[in-house]
Amino acid sequence: MAEDIFQGYKGTALNTLRKFNVRVWGQASIETTRGSFRGTVLPRSENDDDKHIVLKIDTGYNIGINVTTITGMKETGYQKANYKIPEKEFPYSSDKPNIKLFGTGGTIASRLDYRTGAVIPAFSPGELYGAVPELADVCNINTEKLFAVFSENMGPEQYKTLARAIGKEIENGVDGIVIGHGTDTLHHTAAALSFMVQNSPVPVILVGSQRSSDRPSSDAALNLIHASTAAGHGDIAEVLVCMFGPTSDEYGFLHRGTRVRKMHSSYRSTFRTIGDTPVATVTRNGLTPLKKEYNHRRKDRNVKILPYFSEKVTMMYYYPHMDVNMMHSLIDMGYKGIVIVGTGLGHVNRELYPALERAREEGVGVYMTLQTIWGYVHMFVYETGRDMMAKGVIPLGNMLPEVAWVKLGWAMGQTDDPEEIKKIMLAPVNCEITEREPYNGYLVYQGGVPEVEDFVRKFRK
Amino acid sequence: MEKFSPAKNYIKTRKSIGYVERKKATPADYRRIGFKSGLEVHQQLLTGSKLFCRCPAGIYHDHNDYDAEVIRHMRPTLSELGIYDGTALMEFRTRKEITYRINNQTACTYEVDDTPPFPIDREALAIALRISLMCNLNIVGEVHITRKQYLDGSIPTGFQRSAILGVEGYIQLKKKRVRLIQLSIEEDSCREISDVGHKRLYKTDRLGMPLIETVTYPDMETPDELAEAAEYIRFLNRSSGLVRTGMGAAREDVNVSCEGGSRVEIKGVARNSWIPELSHNEAFRQYALLNIRSLLQSRVPDHSGWQIKSKEIGYTDTSLHSQPVRDAFDNGFRVIAINLPLCHGILSHFTQPGKIFADELSDRLKVIACIEKPNMTHSEEPEPRQGAPDFKAVSRFLDAGKDDAQVVLWGPGEDIPTAVETIEERMKLAFESVPNETRKSFADGTTMFERVLPGRDRMYPDTDSPPIPLTDDNIAELSKDLPVEIAERFRQMEKWGIPSDTHRYLLSRNLVEMTEKIAVDFGFSHKFTGCFLGHTLRNLEGKRQPHKNFSYKKIYGLFGFLATKKLDPALAKTMLPVIYDNPDMEFVSVLSSTGFKKKSTDELLAPVDFLYEKFLEIRISERDTAVTDWLMGQIRRQAVGNISLANLSERINKKISNGF
Repeated sequence: MAEDIFQGYKGTALNTLRKFNVRVWGQASIETTRGSFRGTVLPRSENDDDKHIVLKIDTGYNIGINVTTITGMKETGYQKANYKIPEKEFPYSSDKPNIKLFGTGGTIASRLDYRTGAVIPAFSPGELYGAVPELADVCNINTEKLFAVFSENMGPEQYKTLARAIGKEIENGVDGIVIGHGTDTLHHTAAALSFMVQNSPVPVILVGSQRSSDRPSSDAALNLIHASTAAGHGDIAEVLVCMFGPTSDEYGFLHRGTRVRKMHSSYRSTFRTIGDTPVATVTRNGLTPLKKEYNHRRKDRNVKILPYFSEKVTMMYYYPHMDVNMMHSLIDMGYKGIVIVGTGLGHVNRELYPALERAREEGVGVYMTLQTIWGYVHMFVYETGRDMMAKGVIPLGNMLPEVAWVKLGWAMGQTDDPEEIKKIMLAPVNCEITEREPYNGYLVYQGGVPEVEDFVRKFRK
Repeated sequence: MEKFSPAKNYIKTRKSIGYVERKKATPADYRRIGFKSGLEVHQQLLTGSKLFCRCPAGIYHDHNDYDAEVIRHMRPTLSELGIYDGTALMEFRTRKEITYRINNQTACTYEVDDTPPFPIDREALAIALRISLMCNLNIVGEVHITRKQYLDGSIPTGFQRSAILGVEGYIQLKKKRVRLIQLSIEEDSCREISDVGHKRLYKTDRLGMPLIETVTYPDMETPDELAEAAEYIRFLNRSSGLVRTGMGAAREDVNVSCEGGSRVEIKGVARNSWIPELSHNEAFRQYALLNIRSLLQSRVPDHSGWQIKSKEIGYTDTSLHSQPVRDAFDNGFRVIAINLPLCHGILSHFTQPGKIFADELSDRLKVIACIEKPNMTHSEEPEPRQGAPDFKAVSRFLDAGKDDAQVVLWGPGEDIPTAVETIEERMKLAFESVPNETRKSFADGTTMFERVLPGRDRMYPDTDSPPIPLTDDNIAELSKDLPVEIAERFRQMEKWGIPSDTHRYLLSRNLVEMTEKIAVDFGFSHKFTGCFLGHTLRNLEGKRQPHKNFSYKKIYGLFGFLATKKLDPALAKTMLPVIYDNPDMEFVSVLSSTGFKKKSTDELLAPVDFLYEKFLEIRISERDTAVTDWLMGQIRRQAVGNISLANLSERINKKISNGF
């Protein structure tokens, strides 16, 4: 196959390689108008242009050669790289808990993908043990790759498959579940599993990494160690997200799957519990609960798997003076449930009222959540809110907007009855609506203030 | 039989390998040992911001001036070709906890690896490309950012972002052309604050500043050639006018080997003047290690089965409890005795001035096992410490033979397995060859083990950065008005009659170009300006720091002022110290502050009659020239800048002889 020999090259660059009979992984000496170059021809990322050939020179660096400058080229050897994480058999010990690790496409261990230039995960227990040998001190691991997708491609179908697979493993007697996941939509999946996997006797831990494991400073290994510790040894039998607490390599947080959100595009400590404290902290040495109440680990296998989802659900982020037709068009498209992300205490402008009325008439459920992320919807405070309630808008308390979208899809997957759906929405499964917001559930300190600076200097956050 | 003396063995082995002091060494000595050396010259570029983020460059903080700390641990990862790098694995074994101190003024989320890189600083790229062109390099068609792994923690990501701009260039020294392998642009690393046990502390102010690395082939065959090449590259970089100067702005890594030896890299040499001594000693160290190898091979022709024997010294082995052992127990350490079969005379073998082979073991214990010194003692200490162990007893404890040598080491329990492995590993390497290492340099010309030399297996493409194409138009634009080559500058200065004692100073401060510009623009001779800069300015710089607003551009302005006002350039000598301290003062004011007034020759000579009378009254000396000298002294100050002193003295003499 031509692709094998000229991996990623196209257009002029491909023609040049063909003309001079030089393959990818071929060692080549190249004459150009800018002088001579020698090295191994590397594959090219398919999104890059067709004007350059990539060469790994003797010192290990890569350079690009502009094909229009090439006057001659000769292949002098051939050596294909064998990119493989060293596999070592994962040692089994009978005194360690058994963990099932599901792969969905995160970056716990990864290698380079020349097609896109990005990194793709490597995953077998042997590879994991090769990359993170400390895991063997924590637990026995069994792995299964369910999907190989980036986080943004995870969706309802994957949620359902994952829930069923978890159910099966729990029935088989596993001591804990770990799910490797990309971080962008980690909290959507966490919410979905919170609803689809209920009454679990063992921990279900979602974990990812903010720095891919192809870099020495990656948080992947430590996150995986923390997650395995929580899954194998922890007493909290809930769906939890396990990611860095501070940006330092110090401890991880265990966040409830329904109250967690990715809050920074690149920080390691991006996941935060909103409107409450995390459930626990975790280190290699074990868990320290921060909350007194949680579901404890049990010996039985009485898990409830509820793999339902309707895709007739959407989300609408309100902005001032939004055109009423924006909402009409959602109803026209056939959506049966709309989560509004409203301003302040849960508002939209009067201009949308006709569409709200139409929704009620046509049986489309409209639910209110908040752009403020923190706090409760309070629709009785202002007249606007009371008007909207009268038009059928249902406030969702302090449920996070993404969680509301997931839960509405899940509820609508079970029934078409608007009243029934409303009942499901307002009955918390696991703290997606809480009765109280503790004082320390909203801690967003601002730098510059002397006492905050003192704190940051002292505690490495 | 004479009793074995480690101190004598040191002298004997030093002699047997033919060590000569650097001062007495001749080119023939270097030919004998096959001295070979190359350079990696790092030079910071003068830009406003850092290379991959928009933090300001060139602002430095004290150790304790920080706003926050971040902790990281580094793990080895695979190279692009699917191989773990040897250094990476070694450094993972050291299990360091690395703390970074962050000051909000100079570091953002990029420095602590909490955000991906921003597009490369174009200003830095342009400077680096210009210097690449000056080095006669073949410029790449596309710049690929590569990650070069460093697990020592000196960069929080665990790798340095670096990119090749050109390959296969050369520089022309006085008697030899030195080939260049490549030139890369890269981000600078953190500055280390401390490194004790398993904890290392860095600050992030310098991290991410743009620098270039120029790498030569190992073409230098004597330390002097090496020094000349280092200086040449430094001058070349500075002639761009776009690089940073001052302590730490330029640093060299020196690669040295001797015939049969291995490439060893001496890291971070901050002063060019240290290079000859360091490279000299390193070549002889390798020569000594090769001698050790042949001694060992003659005793153990097949060393595949050779191994050390180790045995823990316990609390109850009181016959072995010397002072260091008791101290170790007091610190809660474990103590291990190790027998090195057939290694008698090896531990005290000369390696560097004042250093023996045992130091190679102790250095590695510090770096690899993280055990602070003193971490061991041994049976061949040239100057046994007070209360040293009785090695006869240690030898019995280990059932050792008379041709063996013994080491006693100590350290925290969790570091002991690595420590014992480290000793065995280094001893086995002694049978094989000179280990590839990077070494840290000291002012006395010696070096110590820093880490295993990393190879090409630590390179990985930076998946966060797209490649940057360099078109022929880009190159043509950057090639305009390149500075004159350094070799040519030497010839020009010779031709212009600028005294040779100023040449290196003028090149190191990039002042030749200005000398030439002053001649062209204002008509003052190269020789005068060269001397003025190379003597007057240099002298001033030796005495005190200039005002922070002073720059060499002020000197160009000064000559422009003198030319416009048609004043004698000699005035520059009295004006410079004033400008040096008060660079914001106007030149006119500077001039009057020196007491200068514009006067015609007649005006200057007018007071001579009166002064002559005065002289006759006081008549301080009977010498013939006394009167002229005294008169000159009186008028000289006002004369400078108006009339040359030779001319003035002639006029005065004429006036006297004419009897007024």
